[in-house]
Amino acid sequence: MADEIKKLSSQLAQDPDSLVFLRLGELLRLKGQFDAAHRVAVTGLERHPHLADAHDLYARILADKHDYERAFDEWDMALRVAPTHVGALKGLAFLYFKIGDVEQAAAHLEAAQRAAPDDPGVAHPAPLAPVEESPAPSAQPLDEARVFAGLEGAEEGLLLLDASGRVLGGALKNSQGQDVTDAVAAYLAGVSQEAARTTKLLGLGKWTGVAAEGRLGHVHLTAPTGDALLLVVRDRAVPMGRLAIIAQRAAGAARRWLEAHG
Amino acid sequence: MTATAGYGQALDLITRVGGVRGAMLVSAEDGIVVAEQLMEGIKGAAVAALAASLSTRLRRAMEAAGVGASLFWHLQAEQGALLVVPTPNGILVVAVAEPDVNVGLVRLELLRAAEVVG
Repeated sequence: MADEIKKLSSQLAQDPDSLVFLRLGELLRLKGQFDAAHRVAVTGLERHPHLADAHDLYARILADKHDYERAFDEWDMALRVAPTHVGALKGLAFLYFKIGDVEQAAAHLEAAQRAAPDDPGVAHPAPLAPVEESPAPSAQPLDEARVFAGLEGAEEGLLLLDASGRVLGGALKNSQGQDVTDAVAAYLAGVSQEAARTTKLLGLGKWTGVAAEGRLGHVHLTAPTGDALLLVVRDRAVPMGRLAIIAQRAAGAARRWLEAHG
Repeated sequence: MTATAGYGQALDLITRVGGVRGAMLVSAEDGIVVAEQLMEGIKGAAVAALAASLSTRLRRAMEAAGVGASLFWHLQAEQGALLVVPTPNGILVVAVAEPDVNVGLVRLELLRAAEVVG
């Protein structure tokens, strides 16, 4: 195994875009070198943010490090990219078992079985011990005055707008720490209507989000209500899947705030 | 090889992916269709105009936010998706896809097509 790790490391150094990082990360994980595996997986994800196998690898490493919440996010992202990804289905089944949700665990294992009927790991899943406590974080109380109170990046990477681009909550700062809230808001005015018109023309139903990769960072737009627009901005180190999860949580907070203040 | 033949090959790369209903090359500046391979019923000209408009707004918002120009964007909807890669020479490479499409694979093919287009 050590020789193969050395060989794959060399290949990856020569061609950083190569997919050998998947095998290298897995070997390091199996060897128990979690920090090295973590670095390989994160670097791979930065170069291949929409590769389901990369999210699956990262999730397995996070699960080994007992970071179950982020592992859940990564497996969830893998399924968004590839809805029948067996590794992600098995991983989520494992996490559901761990929090005692047997019904969801069984549903994910059944889905994995349908996707890979010959996979012995799916047909005979290893028994999983129940855990005493859920890894899910406790809910934060909503601050009456601030829409994103308690959420990560509330003051520099989350923004809630109305249909005309008026800022309702949150704030954005660029990497130099300058406030860019109003400039970004002005450009986003009307995006919601255009996204809706585009999906209507294409017969795609209601739009649910816009995810975009930039050279220095990622953004995710979503509409928490029909008229409002929510923007999440993070640097490139944050995988797109995690951004989608952050957006989902922020949209929930925004909906509650809009209902209370609407 | 003529530019048109090259464009056709670029679009072929995208439409070969399962779940892709069509692909287009669109002028980012004015939203005009440069080349298209769409399934029947998709209103190419209208979609091109809206994709260009959305792309412009996104690019400006992203530059204002300090994350740089957009390399790839993905409009997600309940029954499908629009996936776009802007090229440096002002062309948008666009795919219209089913909701369960392999986004990673389409993204790779869009980027490959963008290299062909220039």
